[in-house]
Amino acid sequence: MKHLLAFTALFALAPPAAAQDLGERVPEGAAVESILSDDDGEEGLSGGEVIDELALQNLDIVIAGFAADRDVPTAANANGTAALGKEIGRVVFGNLKNNGLFKPTGPDSVPQPSFAQITAPSWGTWTSRSTEMLVHGYVQARPDGRLTVGCYLYDVTLQDELVRGGWVVQPRDWRRAAHKCADLVYSRLTGESPFFDSRIAYIAETGPKDNRTKRLAIMDSDGANHRFITTGRSTALTPRYSPDYSKLLYLSYVDGNPRIYVYDIGTGRQTLITENRNPTFAPRWSPDGKWILYSMAVAGDTDIYRVSSQGGPSVRLTNTPGIDIGGSYSPDGSKIVFESDRSGVQQCYVMDADGSNQKRISFGGSRCATPEWSPRGDQIAFTNASNFHISVMSPSGGNVRTLTDGWQDEAPTWAPNGRIIQFFRTERGSGKTGLWQVDLTGRNERRLPTPVDASDPAWGPILP
Amino acid sequence: MKNRLIIAALLTGTVALGACKPKAPDQLPPDPVETTAPDIDDGNFGQQQGAQLGSQQHFVDAVNGQNVIFFDTDRYNIDSADAAALQTQAMYLQRYPQLNITVEGHCDERGTREYNLALGERRANAAKNYLVSLGVSPDRIRTVSQGKERPVDTASNESAWARNRRAVSIVIS
Repeated sequence: MKHLLAFTALFALAPPAAAQDLGERVPEGAAVESILSDDDGEEGLSGGEVIDELALQNLDIVIAGFAADRDVPTAANANGTAALGKEIGRVVFGNLKNNGLFKPTGPDSVPQPSFAQITAPSWGTWTSRSTEMLVHGYVQARPDGRLTVGCYLYDVTLQDELVRGGWVVQPRDWRRAAHKCADLVYSRLTGESPFFDSRIAYIAETGPKDNRTKRLAIMDSDGANHRFITTGRSTALTPRYSPDYSKLLYLSYVDGNPRIYVYDIGTGRQTLITENRNPTFAPRWSPDGKWILYSMAVAGDTDIYRVSSQGGPSVRLTNTPGIDIGGSYSPDGSKIVFESDRSGVQQCYVMDADGSNQKRISFGGSRCATPEWSPRGDQIAFTNASNFHISVMSPSGGNVRTLTDGWQDEAPTWAPNGRIIQFFRTERGSGKTGLWQVDLTGRNERRLPTPVDASDPAWGPILP
Repeated sequence: MKNRLIIAALLTGTVALGACKPKAPDQLPPDPVETTAPDIDDGNFGQQQGAQLGSQQHFVDAVNGQNVIFFDTDRYNIDSADAAALQTQAMYLQRYPQLNITVEGHCDERGTREYNLALGERRANAAKNYLVSLGVSPDRIRTVSQGKERPVDTASNESAWARNRRAVSIVIS
């Protein structure tokens, strides 16, 4: 079953050609320091398995502009900290609105609170507007050049604070403080884990359908801070963020062959995942970042391999004739769900992490492709490759539910909280592509704006 | 010696199969022409004037457009029409041992991206293996999968998909 391969992964040596398609290095993000976090520890408003969406949709929630203690210049906004405070409110509003669960009111539609009112809301103002939930916040320029951002969620009916959080950020990271605030509000109101403060890697597409230019790109979960990693001189496909955001795995044709590279965001350099002449596809990280799965075709026969993210020998996990490809670890790292056409057409299988106990789980009569284990462990998302709709099932293959109905939807990946699935949709004829998100009910679906056409989205975890 | 006998046998077979149309509904447009010098050695394949030996056009002309073979959905087997086309390609490669080829494997858009990369590789290898079985050295044949990334017909219908499920042989001079 397992074969130690003679070839070794050479993470230290990059072929000269590998660097040719890379653009300018992307600056690494700094950690965000958390202060004043004193969540009262209560569960969210709905503690059960399913969020009461209707209640959340009907909830009158207001996000006001954040107040500045003094309006002073900041690198984060040309018009000073007061203007920055308004922008932070808009970002929080945008996060909650685009999530689909809420119908919030934003800072441009409500009075701007003063700095003193952030911790002592003007209750009369909000009760007269029938506001039920109120988000307040402030921004303060620190002597060290950084910014302190505070965030408060109030229940207007009870005239009580539900939760607060605060963060110290570099001016360039101001949006992250807004995402942290949106995460705090989302978590408190839904009982779910946060996910706004995360990033997405994807493939930016331009040009005619028969000669598309495909570039590796990254952006924040709301589409901001967009950056291209590759220049587009060679085709890039199927990126995956490492769990610590320090690296990206992706496929590049930079040497003329489809092969998987590890791109180091800190150094801006990339290396082949395995020093081997065979084509490699479908890279995946283990949840702890210690292992990488990839698929390799040898004489036309594709199997799944595992290699340490530190390099070393590869271990072959599958050995049936045909195409065994992909692979997604369960959150505890003990199992892998993958795709194989050993039965004749694409179906989904589960195996132990060492390749043993391979068992088919999909029996619905449709093709099962690109399975991805939810970070919560309770569901597996996949592409129904017969009708090209995104679906979910239990890890044993039961309870199949179809979530989307585009002409061609494929390649689901999970938000860090396991509640939203991202995928890409291709239009019939034109071949134009875009990134879409859908929640687990299938009812809240939205397109994620991207500067150009987009495919192969992959979500990273919540940022530290 | 042995190879020559095989080639002779294949020539006969190819003539007999010559009437078979390729599976794809439309004839593929020829690749870009490189016409820089008159053909000085057109050998048994030299019906065309202008295409230079070593160019893709010379190869395409010589094999009468049969440098492309086609596949059914999800399949990679070599059927009789494919076999006839590959026999013609093998004869050309035997005639010009200085030439190497790349076989590109392609898929239609109605498949998931990663599976199509693997399937394109399988199709390219099926074509390569058949050429090798006809006596062409494996060292002369490189394979590359383009998955669904490079369709030749950009429409979204059955006939376009049939044209896109293909393995294309390209001469490297």
